[in-house]
Amino acid sequence: MHSFESKNRSTVIKERIIKTLLITASTISILTTFGILFSILFEAIAFFELRSFWYFLTGTTWSPGQVGSQFGAVPIFTGTFMITLIAMAVAVPIGLGSAVYMSEYASHKVRDYLKPILEVLAGIPTVVYGFFAAITVAPLIVKVAAFFGLEATFNSALASGVVMGIMIIPVISSLSDDVIRAVPDSQRKASLGLGMTQGETIKNIVLPSAMPGIISAVLLGFSKAIGETMIVVMAAGLRPNLSFNPLEDMTTVTVRIVDALVGDQAFNSPETLVAFALGLTLFVVTLILNILSLMMIRKFKEKYKVNTL
Amino acid sequence: MIKRNNKSKENNPFYDPTLKSRHRSSKRFKKFTLTSLIFSIAFLVFFLYDIISKGTPAFEQAYVSVPVTYNEKTIKNTRKAIDRKYLRVVSRAWLREIPRQVKEDPSLMGKTVNKWALADDQVDQYLKGHYYKLKRKDRALIDDMKAHGAVELKFNTIFFTNGDSKIPEFAGLNSAIIGSIFTLIITMLFAFPIGVMTAIYLEEFADDNKFTQTIEVNINNLAAIPSILFGLLGLAIFINLFGLPRSSPLVGGLTLALMTLPIIIVSSRAALRAVPDSIRQAGYGLGLTKIEVTRDHVLPLAFPGILTGSIIGLAQAMGETAPLIIIGMIAFIPDAPSTVTQAATVMPAQLFTWAGMPERMYIEKTAAGIMVLLTVLISLNALAIYLRKKFEVKW
Repeated sequence: MHSFESKNRSTVIKERIIKTLLITASTISILTTFGILFSILFEAIAFFELRSFWYFLTGTTWSPGQVGSQFGAVPIFTGTFMITLIAMAVAVPIGLGSAVYMSEYASHKVRDYLKPILEVLAGIPTVVYGFFAAITVAPLIVKVAAFFGLEATFNSALASGVVMGIMIIPVISSLSDDVIRAVPDSQRKASLGLGMTQGETIKNIVLPSAMPGIISAVLLGFSKAIGETMIVVMAAGLRPNLSFNPLEDMTTVTVRIVDALVGDQAFNSPETLVAFALGLTLFVVTLILNILSLMMIRKFKEKYKVNTL
Repeated sequence: MIKRNNKSKENNPFYDPTLKSRHRSSKRFKKFTLTSLIFSIAFLVFFLYDIISKGTPAFEQAYVSVPVTYNEKTIKNTRKAIDRKYLRVVSRAWLREIPRQVKEDPSLMGKTVNKWALADDQVDQYLKGHYYKLKRKDRALIDDMKAHGAVELKFNTIFFTNGDSKIPEFAGLNSAIIGSIFTLIITMLFAFPIGVMTAIYLEEFADDNKFTQTIEVNINNLAAIPSILFGLLGLAIFINLFGLPRSSPLVGGLTLALMTLPIIIVSSRAALRAVPDSIRQAGYGLGLTKIEVTRDHVLPLAFPGILTGSIIGLAQAMGETAPLIIIGMIAFIPDAPSTVTQAATVMPAQLFTWAGMPERMYIEKTAAGIMVLLTVLISLNALAIYLRKKFEVKW
């Protein structure tokens, strides 16, 4: 669009200054990303100068604070993976189911009421979920497990996983709902016209069409679950435990980061610096998940020519 | 899928013997989706019920009416101010306040007065029917006092006027609320102008070049980076590199500002984009420069949308805990900060600290604090929705 330049010199200078200010403000977001990357990277390198990088990735003994401390993060990665897996097992079916109901079955009016309710779940601070997981859900799981003759600890992976899953529901349902609604109606009509039931139409036509968007939503939820801190700090354990039993206590990357930095160790000790090595791992994994998620949603947008997502 | 069956009774080429089961399966699918939605809502209801039922008792606090003696001796040793039998019933923290009471009202000196004293947390829990640790003797005393109307549950003002305390009945949310306000002021002071300026640049001025694309990809990524990593950034850059004071609202606010930035940018851009081009064209047609058009016409029209997005960003920043723990905002802070460089704590961090305390009363206070926090958050979001509805312009 064409616009005029002012003839008044002082106005021209003033406008140049304003434009420079605007550009400066825009670069702050880039600076933040690089700030995060480099601040974590440098401290992580400092850690890997003290301890082996290879052992960090593949070692199975995690014993900070002892003589000859070892930092093998495999038990921590498995703990993170287990809790995230439990969370996704809760969030994916429920989030996707809710999205399908809201977009395919519910009337506009009902949907207008339901969506804000699900969004309340997204607005609850994670520290509140953590409290709920630790005080209400964990003892409940111990009781239920005891009823079936099983033994669960009070900071079981199941408690934090389930509550984390509930926290992820709106992440998955909100994006999936938008994506499913963006699938063109002609597809549904064609399928129904050929005699498919509504359920078959959704399962065989609508969901496969929306699949890139749904995968994008699931990846985003996955990345959220891996980076979630407060729920696991409050409800999961501190003990690195290489186990696949969800009733046992496990620890996660984020719990260990908090634990390493809240302690009163010297900043340059490997006990503290390991937080940055873990942070770097977290950064890389979530970045990959986010980029994949963005790529999937772009694929969907290009296919159906929608810009509103 | 559909098997044609020519031998059917109706001799209908389209007759499908599996039709009934297909319809059943379709209905089952619908039921499944409805169930998952109901589950989410049921969880929310159960969650709110659980928090409210745990937190409501904390808004009341037990007080006991005991004779208190004020003289030289009891001011020096406040444990002597009340009868020995009351020692386990009255809060230790309340006894410590006796010299202050005399200072405020010197006429008390040398008298023995019946006073409503703050009760010990165990008495409070006993009266509320929760788990308690009281000796039978003390329990009998409380029951007896209750019969004489010397025990009362009053509205818990301490919860709002006091800061944190190691004595559960004396702990309040005040210092955390002040800390939250300070932190959020810093957050908005940085995030709002920078966010809006970025949005204006990207939406109104930027050409579609590599630089612009880099910024856009960055903003998308920043929005999805785990919050704890912002804490690592705050620790490494604001505290270790710039030497800003640890645990201070200044560092906390700056860290949260970087997290809030993407939310403000995205919503501001949407608001700017919603302003129709005809407004801009009219401005250019009258000979205004681009900056004049943006400042005097586009921005005022987009402002309600920008404000709504910023309030939502503010609400998110308010509930954030993880990065603040990393930069040390979970220290024990009994007094509210008076400047942004003093050590402080914020509401969610205070709740985190209380949730880890062994005394039963802190659980109750945590739940009550959650009720306060959620009320503020819901009000902020309601305000955002109200503003959007009120000032929304349909083009």
